[in-house]
Parts: sequence; C-alpha cells; structure tokens
Amino acid sequence: MKQFAYVRPATVTEAVAAAAQPGAVYLAAGTNLLDLMKGNISRPDRLVDVTHLDGLDRIERLADGSLRVGALVSNADLAYDAEFAKAYPAVAEALLSGASAQLRNAATVGGNLLQRTRCAYFYDTASRCNKRESGSGCDARDGENRTHAVLGWSDRCIATHPSDFCVPLVALDAIVEIEGKNGRREIALDELHRLPGNAPERESALEPGDLIVAVRLPPAARGFAAHARYLKVRERTSYAFAIVSAAAALRIENGKIADARLALGGVAAKPWRARAAEDVLKGVAPTADAFQEAAWRALTDAKPSGDNAYKIELARRIVMRALTLAAAGTPARIPALPASPFASTSGAIHA
Amino acid sequence: MNHSISLTVNGARRDFVLDDPRVTLLDLLRERLHLTGTKKGCDRGQCGACTILVDGKRINSCLALAISHDGADILTIEGVARGDQLHPVQAAFIAHDGFQCGFCTPGQIMSAIGMMREAQAGNDPERIRECMSGNLCRCGAYAGIVDAVLEAQAGADETNQRRSA
Repeated sequence: MKQFAYVRPATVTEAVAAAAQPGAVYLAAGTNLLDLMKGNISRPDRLVDVTHLDGLDRIERLADGSLRVGALVSNADLAYDAEFAKAYPAVAEALLSGASAQLRNAATVGGNLLQRTRCAYFYDTASRCNKRESGSGCDARDGENRTHAVLGWSDRCIATHPSDFCVPLVALDAIVEIEGKNGRREIALDELHRLPGNAPERESALEPGDLIVAVRLPPAARGFAAHARYLKVRERTSYAFAIVSAAAALRIENGKIADARLALGGVAAKPWRARAAEDVLKGVAPTADAFQEAAWRALTDAKPSGDNAYKIELARRIVMRALTLAAAGTPARIPALPASPFASTSGAIHA
Repeated sequence: MNHSISLTVNGARRDFVLDDPRVTLLDLLRERLHLTGTKKGCDRGQCGACTILVDGKRINSCLALAISHDGADILTIEGVARGDQLHPVQAAFIAHDGFQCGFCTPGQIMSAIGMMREAQAGNDPERIRECMSGNLCRCGAYAGIVDAVLEAQAGADETNQRRSA
C-alpha cells in the first residue's frame, strides 16, 4: 500500500477543503477503499477521515414525510431499523442481500453509493483498464466477461456498478445531498452515477471535495411498502455480488396498478431505472401478461458486451418474478435468505 | 508524522503511537499487542478470520484502519473467556466439533457472539447460516458450527427467560 497522509477534519467544511486537494479521497469505513489500496488499484496521497464528523449518522423523518438517512449510517443499522424496514422493505432487503454481516456493520450509506466496480480487470493492475488508467484499453472486452454490462456500456468500458442498495433507492427516486466547495446541493440518485461513454474513469457527477452527507427518500416512496421486493441472482446464495437483480415496487388500488417502480442491478455502470417498463404497468391489472410486457420493455435496449447474452433473458425473468412477488405482497418479515429467488419461503412462481 | 490513539482492548485501556497510518486494527492487535488469536486469512475482507467486535459490533479488522478507530472499545477472542471458564459459544464449538484445523475458529466465535447480540437470526438454522456467511471454513465444519451456535443461542434464551421469570 502506498504511503498516505491522514487528515481528520473537525467539520464538514474542513473536510471539503481538505478533500478538494489533488490526490485526496474520503475515508469512511474503508471496506472498499482499503481493499483497493491494498491491491494498489487506488493510490491516494491523502485520506480525509469523515467517520468522526458529527450529525451524519442519523435517520430522520422529515415533516413532509421524507426520510433522511445520514451518510455515515451503517448498512446494518439502516436495514435493521424497524421503521425503515417497514416503510421501505425492498431497500432493507437489498441491504441485507449485500456483502456479509461484518461488512454491513462497518460499511456506510455514502460509501455504498460510491463503491467501485468489481470488474476483475479493474482489480488486476497487470490488465488494461480505462477506468483505472484512462486510455490504456479494456481487457474485459476480450476477456472473462460473463458478468459484465448489457445496458449502457461503451467500447471503452463494460463494467457494472455492484451496489444492491442503490437499485431500490433509484426506483424510489432517492435524492443525494452533497456538500461541496460552493455549499450544499442535491441531485437525484439517478444522476449520481455516469455511464462510461468515452470517459469511464469519471464515474460520478461529484466534483473534487464533494461529500455525500445524506440520502433522502421523498414522501411518495412510502406508498409502495405493501408491494415491494428486491430479487438478486448470484453465483451463491449469500455473500456474492449480483449477476442480475431487480427492485420492483407497486402501488395497487382497486385491483389496478396505480403506480409502478422498477430498477435493475448488475446490468450497467449505474443502477438502471426501467421507466419504459413502469409506464406499461400504470393503470393496468397486475397480471402475468402485464409483467411479461414490462420485462420485455425493461430490456429493449440491452445488448451483450461479451459472453453475457444470457443476462438479458435472465434479467427479463428476474423482473417478471420480482413483479410477481411484489404484487403478491411484501412478506411480513424479510426472508431468511434476503433477495433469493430460490428461498423456500419466497412463494416464487417460475416465470 | 506520528499519531496517538487509545483503544480499550478486552477491557484494558491501551495507548499507541502510530508512526505509520497504514496499520490496520488486525495488524495492531497481532504485532503490537501480540494478541494473535485474531487471524489474518485473506487480509481483504472476504474470509472473516479477522472478525472482532468494535463497540459491540462484529467487523473485519483487516479492513479497519487503527488510526480511524481512536477511542474504540475492542473485544477479541482473548477477551471472551472468564479465566478458565469458557464463553458459552466457545464451549458449544467444542461440544459440537465446530472446527477441524481451527484457523477460522476465533473469527467464527467472534462472529457468532456478534450475531447473537444482533438478535436477528434467533434459533432459525437458515437465518444462522445466512448471518454467518461472512466466515469461511476451508475444512467445511459448517454443520458443527451451526449446531454450536444453535446450542449457544438456546442457552442464552434460557438464561434470559430465567432472568425475566
């Protein structure tokens, strides 16, 4: 690991100033950053430790019905917050389907949003990677790319964003609060992560020094609590990244879908909101035909980036099943195997 | 530049001067305090052999910078027994052969203690397996590990019932 200077700012303003310097990065729990530093994939000159800052570890319900989650709330504390899990069950299920209990205890909300891709060529410093070293090439294109992107990829980069948490969040229109050199601003989570295009090394809309201080769920996000699921296909049922995942949330009134939200994970460099699929669901009855149509719409633009054409059909099926399970109703308790399509208690219907 | 930190380790306050900010909690415990019960397996957060409790919660000590944990309260495998009296989870691991080579065992035990404090798995074997998935055992002693945790959980439940009765 490269040597670095360690800075522990006392205030958010001090943190932003310290992190705006070239070569500086923020340190929260470090569960992803330290791993990257040990592998020499990240080589920061300066770590700005935000874990001791006050006021960033609260879960607050706001007067307008929004929920504001501080960036330093741990993944486990959020998922196990009873009120949170009740109001946003798909988000809690996604959190509990990610990583291990030890990692969830440490990893933060802000860190989860900004975790890096697990593309093996990004991790292997002997490989060419445009994300790690701009312009060097992409060894994933002709490499082992079964798990790579099928949506929004470019010739420069076919990596995926690994977060589970972000998938239901983007479906629920989550907002990211950012403190920067010019003060506070907020953007939709959907605008936080960038598609690779010609500059895969630029992964987010954040500028140097920008610090995510909170994630906010707008009032309408509560309306889906009765019909919300997150499903995730992975190579083993626990402690593995998604090959494909889907968050489905429905608001059902008088036997019809009043509102629908759908997002996919593991398919692109960002959590993938499927708005065209949502549109076909609005106003219709929650039937298998409607879900098939939505699944088809969600993947209309998908194309394989390598040996991964199977992910497109897999994604359609996982969308179909997530919608079917969401329509059946949110389980009273998060299943023993969170987000597993194979759970004995899931009541899954094979699509 | 040197940095001073203090930790509470297994109940005792310990002060350190760090001449290098790169040291992890795992390396600090092993190299500075010679508490070698906490194991270095993968050193990348994948195997769970380095699991300790920090402020009552289980984490991977290999991915935690010591310098960032100034003031933390740490419990390691060396701190769970009371003299010669084993912690109930330790005793249950022995009773159920929850190990073979033993390398992952301190991490398994610390993880099980942390899991029982989290109180999410209860006595459901499927939930226990899921909540222990961050601890790998290359000998494959998983069946014994789950049985050990079930017994320890049953003992804890009984103790709680007696207290509330």
